[in-house]
Amino acid sequence: MIVALAVEIGNVVRCFGSVRALAGVSLGVEEGEFFGLLGPNGAGKTTLISILAGLTRADSGTVRVLGHDVIADYRKARRALGVVPQELVFDPFFSVRETLQIQSGYFGIRHNDAWIDEILHHLDLTAKADANMRSLSGGMKRRVLVGQALVHKPPVIVLDEPTAGVDVELRRSLWAFIRKLNRDGHTIILTTHYLEEAEALCGRIAMLKAGRVVALDTTKNLLARVAGLTVRLVADRVPAAWQDRVTSRGAHGFVLGLDRYADLESLLAALRGEDIRIDELALVETDLEQVFLRIMGGARPPAAGSPT
Amino acid sequence: MIRVAGAGWLTLLYKELLRFWKVAFQTILAPVITALLYLLIFSHVLESRVSVFGGQIAYTAFLVPGLVMMSVLQNAFANTSSSLIQSKITGNMIFILLTPLSPADFFAAYVLGAMARGLVVGLGVFVVTLFFVPSLLAMPHPFWALAFALLGSAILGTLGLVAGIWAEKFDQLAAFQNFLITPLTFLSGVFYSIHSLPPFWQSLSHANPFFYMIDGFRYGFFGLSDVPPALSLGIVAGCALLLSLLALTLLRRGWKLRP
Repeated sequence: MIVALAVEIGNVVRCFGSVRALAGVSLGVEEGEFFGLLGPNGAGKTTLISILAGLTRADSGTVRVLGHDVIADYRKARRALGVVPQELVFDPFFSVRETLQIQSGYFGIRHNDAWIDEILHHLDLTAKADANMRSLSGGMKRRVLVGQALVHKPPVIVLDEPTAGVDVELRRSLWAFIRKLNRDGHTIILTTHYLEEAEALCGRIAMLKAGRVVALDTTKNLLARVAGLTVRLVADRVPAAWQDRVTSRGAHGFVLGLDRYADLESLLAALRGEDIRIDELALVETDLEQVFLRIMGGARPPAAGSPT
Repeated sequence: MIRVAGAGWLTLLYKELLRFWKVAFQTILAPVITALLYLLIFSHVLESRVSVFGGQIAYTAFLVPGLVMMSVLQNAFANTSSSLIQSKITGNMIFILLTPLSPADFFAAYVLGAMARGLVVGLGVFVVTLFFVPSLLAMPHPFWALAFALLGSAILGTLGLVAGIWAEKFDQLAAFQNFLITPLTFLSGVFYSIHSLPPFWQSLSHANPFFYMIDGFRYGFFGLSDVPPALSLGIVAGCALLLSLLALTLLRRGWKLRP
């Protein structure tokens, strides 16, 4: 039996004029995953999501949501998908509740008030249910956008920079809600500028660079594969046999990449053997930012809060 | 929670109705007042100077159906075009584009919303002008008038849809309105019978589809027209069909909306 992937992207190409926004992207997201899509500005993340959501078309390649082609079978594909757009948009004519009821109605769902009340509750919007959209703060408008993406209970939820410009408290409550949705079986696809957010939430991550997938692995493997164990050593010199492990040297000492903790013992033995005095020795925790920088080849991680 | 397959377009229609109803002062009352001003000024100045249909009808009475139809047409166009450009510029168009609504759903909801606005304003103008010309209530062919009002508002609603999707800025939309819609309505015989025009302008008027809408609509009120009403109905229905096909094709291709 072939199990349909939540999202299946096959060799997608999209050009804007002479710019190749997507130069043949392929990846699959399994049902129930919490998947991260990372990359510097202009890497093609938003273009990829727009193609997935049917907002723009690929020049070639296929995109399926739960097995439904986003062009040929767009009705089923869009029913299966909930998208939280990056831009803070709203319809100024309506209240929060009207906004959610209308969005629900577009999907042919009537009398959806029980679920709408639940969404309002989880997004802490109950008190604002009858307020006009114009009167809401930016953070609250963002929450309504999340609510709109959920009205039709989509099995696959895409969040494009959902926490850009959102305060810490809201970010925390938003992630608690998204985690709950993921535990309840929803597949989550996230793009974010906050690498620590991706590291904490995503089980698997794809990194895009200039329209190509340059890394696709579990978050755990990405952290292990690229960085291993990092040690910072302050001393006069490094034992001769360990020179090739040095990744950088500077005022703060040498930075060495080790494969495992056991290597630490041999390093210490080598230092003692060559009679090198240790002024300072520290283990540096690997984070996604180091991985990101390594994979992007020096590209800086995108500045937080500046949507592409 | 009840899922009604294929009912999403009704919500889009409801949203379109709610949108203009919430600002009815500007979308319904204002155009009624404008039409009333036209009536007061033109009838005052021209009543004793202009003879229409060989003097069989008073000028003010002749003018009313023209003003009613002009209001229907202009407001139907305004409804779709302004709704779409606002949604595009504020970005909330995305809420509709993310849904499973089909091109036909999209078309039906927007055009029916435009027809409703046009007909409500037209009815408002008609009711107010009845105070000045009560004899108009005795229409000999009300169903002819209704048929032209429905088709005319559908055509202008569709034109507004195409213009709203095409335009990227408000001034592009204003150009569409000022250089196409307004001249075509004003030169269609709203204020005069084309028989009073020199032969060249008379034949040029026959190339204006708006002329047939106004002339046919007026037939419903007086049983008199410049061209046979069945011919006008055929031409207007043909235009409605062609424009609808064009709009549906553009929507299917995702023209400008799904680049």
